[in-house]
Amino acid sequence: MNIFVLMKSTFDTEEKINVRNNKIDEDGAEFIINPYDEYAIEEAIQQRDQHGGEITVVNVGSSDNEKQLRTALAMGADKAVLINTEDDVEAGDAFTTVKILEAFFEEKDVDLILAGNVAIDEATGQVGPRLAQCLDIDYVTTITELRIDGKQVTVEKDVEGDIEVIETSLPVLVTCQQGLNEPRYPSLPGIMKAKKKPLEELEIDDLNIEEEDVQPMTKTIEIFLPPERQAGKVLQGESQEQVAELVQLLQKEAKVF
Amino acid sequence: MNKSLVIGELREGELRNVTFESIAAAKKIGDQGEIVGVLCGAQDLSSAAKVMISYGADRVVKIEHPKLKTYTQEGYGQAISHVIEQESPDGIIMGHTSVGKDLAPKLASKWNSGLVSDAIDLEVVGDQIVFTRPIYSGKAFEKKIITEGLTFATIRPNNIPSLTKDDARTGEVTSLDVEITDLRSVMKDVMKNASEGVDLTEANVIVAGGRGVKSKEGFEPLQQLADVLGGAVGASRGACDANYCDYSLQIGQTGKVVTPDLYIACGISGAIQHLAGMSNSKIIVAINKDPEANIFNVADYGIVGDLFEIVPLLIEEVKQLKVNT
Repeated sequence: MNIFVLMKSTFDTEEKINVRNNKIDEDGAEFIINPYDEYAIEEAIQQRDQHGGEITVVNVGSSDNEKQLRTALAMGADKAVLINTEDDVEAGDAFTTVKILEAFFEEKDVDLILAGNVAIDEATGQVGPRLAQCLDIDYVTTITELRIDGKQVTVEKDVEGDIEVIETSLPVLVTCQQGLNEPRYPSLPGIMKAKKKPLEELEIDDLNIEEEDVQPMTKTIEIFLPPERQAGKVLQGESQEQVAELVQLLQKEAKVF
Repeated sequence: MNKSLVIGELREGELRNVTFESIAAAKKIGDQGEIVGVLCGAQDLSSAAKVMISYGADRVVKIEHPKLKTYTQEGYGQAISHVIEQESPDGIIMGHTSVGKDLAPKLASKWNSGLVSDAIDLEVVGDQIVFTRPIYSGKAFEKKIITEGLTFATIRPNNIPSLTKDDARTGEVTSLDVEITDLRSVMKDVMKNASEGVDLTEANVIVAGGRGVKSKEGFEPLQQLADVLGGAVGASRGACDANYCDYSLQIGQTGKVVTPDLYIACGISGAIQHLAGMSNSKIIVAINKDPEANIFNVADYGIVGDLFEIVPLLIEEVKQLKVNT
């Protein structure tokens, strides 16, 4: 099977967010594999180990992302491709990323594409479905189970807590939801092996696409932080008194009921 | 906006609130423009169409077809594409729900357009429509505009107030006959979540538990409190990782981002990842044994104590209040 994983690098979830010059300040921030993409990488490894084939992890981003791609290789992916847009794209959006990926997948033989269902930074959740539409392959989002039998694919999809069982066939694109699997940590031998695995770097010029084809369709005009929440009132007295006061406050002061 | 389509969403035969909120969103950016509701299904959609009109749609196009019995992105995608072709709208708005998240990017891609997903507000500024949406799970916000193509947007539930229902409003309801080709994917079965009731993202009240809940059974009093408040139960990652509850209940940076009127955090320490998912709630109550717990730094009201003592008392107190009012 030809398996591809779309991977994004995101801020570590521990990071506080600062805004400078109307941009998110990335100075000194730790980057990680987008947590939902980790499920995609893990699932790719399990499917390959079961059915054979090769996993290519693809990232559209900057040379800094090499670190996360190496981590994916250390987990067990076979190859990595970094499509470096640093010099060509200033403020891309989901459309930009998809156009670049569409060009990358041109003439590629694809059985399975896995992605996270959303990235925890910009959280547009658009890249997977948009790409499937462009490639004219079927897709299922937010999956929690994937079973492949020949060309037959059975998927369980999380729909706001309910689980839908969906049947489709290869080639297919799926986006991964929490609960699909337990992503492994890279092992030491895995890390050693990853250093020798191929990591190809491409630019837009290497693809059959022009810079003007990937111009974004949306534009961010302002970034701001929410007002900081203040610590409120810690209630005093016996438990019963505290609870009575809480209900009073919720009713009279907060007016929530 | 001269003309907006609002894609209606039914669950168990009833329109979801986010559909009414989407109509209100369309109204905000096109006061003089026409709002056309769109409904897909296999059953008779006439009464749902009337409800959309009573909430502010000017007219409704419904597509009734056996292949639209359940939502599939291909089936609904084809049906709605026909409506877009026929109506040539400027904007297409739907809820940022499981369906909206799945369908809107496909349609936006098909129509070579920009999409703002998960908008919590929108306004007209000059000749632009400016959307506000959370990024980094609510740790920050961005204002965004669409620069190309049609204006596609998905609206986060619970943020834009719906218009007042007016049963006297009238509008045309038309049926559109469409061909729907064979679908590549088939929905075989649905396994309903055991905890029926209010959906987390749409709930006005959420009672959430963390590691301090200690077990699956520990969530029972939380569920009872949620029930008396007409709310839903949520959880921190810690509680999900410890198998006290299903991941579908997880609130936080990975998991759901919620903005209820009232959020009651029980035995939750308040890790930054959890706060990202709930700190934009209107009122936060924290119940925790540890007076140093970080959750108290964001809570409007805090009770330092054992949740297994406090929550039952709270249930009784709320019940009393309901009896007295």
